[in-house]
Amino acid sequence: MYNKKLLKHFTNPKFFGKIKNADAIGRAGNPRCGDIMDIFLKVDKKTQKIKDIKFQTYGCAAAIAASDMICELVKGKKLDEALKVSFKDVSSSLGEMPPLKVHCAQLATEALRTAIKNYQSKKND
Amino acid sequence: MPKDSIIYIIKTMKQKKKIYLDYAATTPVDPRILKVMEPYFVEKYGNPSSIHSFGQEAREAVEKARNQVAEFLNCKVSEIVFTGSATESNNLAIRGLLKALKRRKRAGEKVHIITSQVEHKAVLETCHDLEKDGVKITYLPVGRDGIINLDDLRAEITPETDLVSIMYVNNETGAIQPIKKIGSLIKEINKTKEHPIFFHTDAVQAVNWLNCKVDDLGVDLLTFSGHKIYGPKGIGVLYIRTGIPVSSIITGGEQEWGLRAGTENVANIVGLGAAVEEIKKHKEKMFRKVRLLQEKLEKRVLSIVPKSRVNGPQNFKERAPHISNFAFEGIEGESLVISLDLEGIATSTGSACTSRLLKPSHVLMAMGLPELEAHSSLRVSLGKFTTAREIDIFLKTLPRVVERLRKISGR
Repeated sequence: MYNKKLLKHFTNPKFFGKIKNADAIGRAGNPRCGDIMDIFLKVDKKTQKIKDIKFQTYGCAAAIAASDMICELVKGKKLDEALKVSFKDVSSSLGEMPPLKVHCAQLATEALRTAIKNYQSKKND
Repeated sequence: MPKDSIIYIIKTMKQKKKIYLDYAATTPVDPRILKVMEPYFVEKYGNPSSIHSFGQEAREAVEKARNQVAEFLNCKVSEIVFTGSATESNNLAIRGLLKALKRRKRAGEKVHIITSQVEHKAVLETCHDLEKDGVKITYLPVGRDGIINLDDLRAEITPETDLVSIMYVNNETGAIQPIKKIGSLIKEINKTKEHPIFFHTDAVQAVNWLNCKVDDLGVDLLTFSGHKIYGPKGIGVLYIRTGIPVSSIITGGEQEWGLRAGTENVANIVGLGAAVEEIKKHKEKMFRKVRLLQEKLEKRVLSIVPKSRVNGPQNFKERAPHISNFAFEGIEGESLVISLDLEGIATSTGSACTSRLLKPSHVLMAMGLPELEAHSSLRVSLGKFTTAREIDIFLKTLPRVVERLRKISGR
């Protein structure tokens, strides 16, 4: 069902966990669809780069792998660059996801974008 | 011994043996049954409709199997129809009955079917489809235990009601529906009803374990299939009580009393006959063996995995011995099934992530489980080849996997 690369990110995710005192958190998904993702961000104020990123995901193997992959893809990136990462980037980085599971990649990008938006709106307060 | 063979033997010895705990999905073919089937591919390949000796040899085999099934259900040989699957049997039962009834009914007279919200898709989707054609369908609710309430059924029966279709054992939870009681209730109501209500049960998950004698149950139509009873895939049975109006939904030749056209799948029919023969021999013993494993499994899981529950009836008596449906808080079922599979253990889940519609199990939802809990289910189903050692390995693996996934979900 899943390729080796995706399974590797599912069985050995590097970015799972919580960041205490995160600068922002973004959530995507809901109980109905059975996937809930939280992305935690630590942002370097000066450079606007993502210093640290972690996730907590209740969801299927693809959702967990996609959460891990989005973290890998954007860590160290500037926020405006991170916003450009699309679900297609996540999916292709995981060696293409089964068509039924592409929405997991969408959820992952949604969680990240929500986190970034939350950070930016906080900053503007 | 050649070097290659030695390397191969060492390799296979090192490989962990995979463990199959998904017998409710399908069973392996019992090698003894396969052996009985084998001659009917290359050697005895005749068409049962042919009048020469090749044909008659095949005809004899088909009729022997029909006898075996009739004996198993305690019914007449002429009441057994072989089909291609339990799904087809359910379709023939429901659509075939309706087709025959509609021909009898006066214009404007409605057809009414009562079924339950927890039926297998083979019945549920057939009913949904008929609903589009204007057939009135009532879907009975179930309690938290997944069992229908007889009073609910009684309340839904109207003078229009033609068919009640309720499964014997639920394929996700193992919950046993009160088929005997439903049978008696319908018999009672039929005494004073203008036209009778017919009673169909999908007994696919029951045949290995429970009494399926049709008169004891009081059913008019009963479905089961070969691949859940250590027989081949692609073969189903529909029992049709004498006098019950059913019309063919697959038209063509006159096979199966004109109710299921198409050349008989002789090898599979032979295999199904052998499969019920095997059940007859070992039913009680097998029930006790598997029940013991189930009790051990559930007791241990609940004690070693925090925040775990069993979905469905909490009383073993109301559950078939081969299905345990667990809920593990904070873990999505698909990720659990995939994790266990990577450890060599095959199970299944009612989580949405395995379905195209992304909706969690309709059975667990009908039982009133919150969505997140329905997504967190794991079905472990046992069979006659399950060993205590396999359960031990599962129990050793499960807590580690659950803990890992809970760390990832943070729940």
